[in-house]
Amino acid sequence: MLALVQAATTQIGEPNRVAMGFFFLFIATTLGITFWAARRTRTTEHFYAAGRVIGPRQNGFALAGDYMSAASFLGIAGLVSTSGFDGLIYSTGWLVGWPVVLFLIAEPLRNLGKYTFADVVATRLAQTPVRLAAALGTLATVTFYLIAQMVGAGGLIKLMFGIRYEVAIAIVGTAMIAYVLFGGMIATTWVQIVKAVLLLGGAAILTVLVLAQFGMNPAALFAAAAQKFGDGVLAPGKLVSKPLDAISLGLALMFGTAGLPHILMRFYTVPDATAARKSVFWATGLIGAFYLMTFVLGFGAMVLVGPDVIKSVEPGGNMAAPLLAEHLGGTAFLGFIAAVAFATILAVVAGLTLSGAAALSHDLWVSVVRKGHASQQEQLRVARLATVLLGIVAVLLGITFKGQNVAFMVGLAFAIAASANFPALVLSMFWRRCSTAGAVASMLTGTVSTLLLIYLSPTVQIDILKHSAAWFPLKNPALVTIPLSFAVGVLVSLAAPEPQADAGYQYLERRMHLGAVEE
Amino acid sequence: MTTNDLRLRALAATRWRVALTLTAVMVIVYFGFVSLIAFDKPLLALRITPGLTLGILLGVLVILSTWLLTWVYVRWANTHYDAELHRLRK
Repeated sequence: MLALVQAATTQIGEPNRVAMGFFFLFIATTLGITFWAARRTRTTEHFYAAGRVIGPRQNGFALAGDYMSAASFLGIAGLVSTSGFDGLIYSTGWLVGWPVVLFLIAEPLRNLGKYTFADVVATRLAQTPVRLAAALGTLATVTFYLIAQMVGAGGLIKLMFGIRYEVAIAIVGTAMIAYVLFGGMIATTWVQIVKAVLLLGGAAILTVLVLAQFGMNPAALFAAAAQKFGDGVLAPGKLVSKPLDAISLGLALMFGTAGLPHILMRFYTVPDATAARKSVFWATGLIGAFYLMTFVLGFGAMVLVGPDVIKSVEPGGNMAAPLLAEHLGGTAFLGFIAAVAFATILAVVAGLTLSGAAALSHDLWVSVVRKGHASQQEQLRVARLATVLLGIVAVLLGITFKGQNVAFMVGLAFAIAASANFPALVLSMFWRRCSTAGAVASMLTGTVSTLLLIYLSPTVQIDILKHSAAWFPLKNPALVTIPLSFAVGVLVSLAAPEPQADAGYQYLERRMHLGAVEE
Repeated sequence: MTTNDLRLRALAATRWRVALTLTAVMVIVYFGFVSLIAFDKPLLALRITPGLTLGILLGVLVILSTWLLTWVYVRWANTHYDAELHRLRK
């Protein structure tokens, strides 16, 4: 392995002064922001929702920063660099959920809720059962997403900075706890904005450097790739061999985005529904531009670095973008891109931790245990305790799953979000007859059926447990679990009607459109 | 029910119709693309110009369609939906 790395003549994995420099600059800047934010975090409104004063464009950048993970930057560029066109299937999949968020969720959510999506589902339904079920869905989504991010982070940082896996995990955990614990949503928002600007800026510079080699013409780049590696790289390859698998994963990505707790929470940071609407427009534009760039970067790495070299450094292809940066801009640019990848991870895990802490403290402690009667100080104390708890759990999980194949956990998190959170949100907001029992049954069915079917799927049975066959044929269960949770929600609501919930719909409908202003 | 309530109900119905239509268009665009990848790979391998296949073009168009659809919605909401809400709040 070592010989191969040397053959590739890369500085990746060796202590890189520029990378360290940028990395410490980023940590210093974000801790400065956290210090500034900490002095402004006095109420739960500040801690969970940044005082609701974030502008639409700022929130658009923060949403993009919350969503664009290291996996989507390094992973998609890597996939394109090794298999060409197929990477595009993923990048479009990660994007198409955003219009759905805009059309169905963002504005009603902002008008109906306070801090979590459970606020919305519980608007006219019984608090305790709804909060318990929603917290389960939230924590399941957040946990699997966190494991995937932490394990990815540990491996990535080890690879790029040459430091130990456990140390890398501890650094990520400490920084993320510091941001959220002291600076709450204000610090988290600004860390995400800084990261989005860095990531988009870094990707844009790299894209221009690549295209400059091909007369600023992407088609010339693709033609060069086809000439070197065959026409196959410009057309669909092996990735989608089973259509149902592709459709199921597509459904999870499309409707999962609209059920991700850390994304939904961001809509509470803007002043009103109009701002929420505009922020999704910004986010869609930024994330779409980012995926267009990763496609160019992937082909750039394929032509200029070469798939064999990329795979020799890391078999999964994840180092394609850093290698390309090194090829075009030398060690200094490699250092910058490595630091950007690190910043990317931190911004995502901070958002996840905050949304998990909100579920624990706002939904479980304040609403279920204290029945809504808790002072500001108590709520803040519990929220901060939950943050530390979740941060430690995230670090422990990251270390526990070291070296495991956790790539499927992102798909799993999206599948739970799409099957447990999304149907309950839609039914409770848009269907008058939705009852407490229906919403709770839908959320529980979504969570349990997704976990069960993932366990029985080829992903776990064949890839991880090395069994010869799997009981359930699909790699991602969304094709079954999304319709199932909708059906269960509807049938249980019809079987156990709730006159009170029905009567509350007029209030909900009014507030969903007009907001809470006139109460 | 007052006139205001009826107008709100009508507005809610309109918004729901717009949201569902646009969601349906997004679903058709994306799953149309995925279905072509699954069922007609040779078609997507078709060359339009040197270096540009139909598959790449369609993939880029899927990304552009998300921009177009969100723009259509935001434009509709900024003008019609917000104006009607403004009248209802009075």
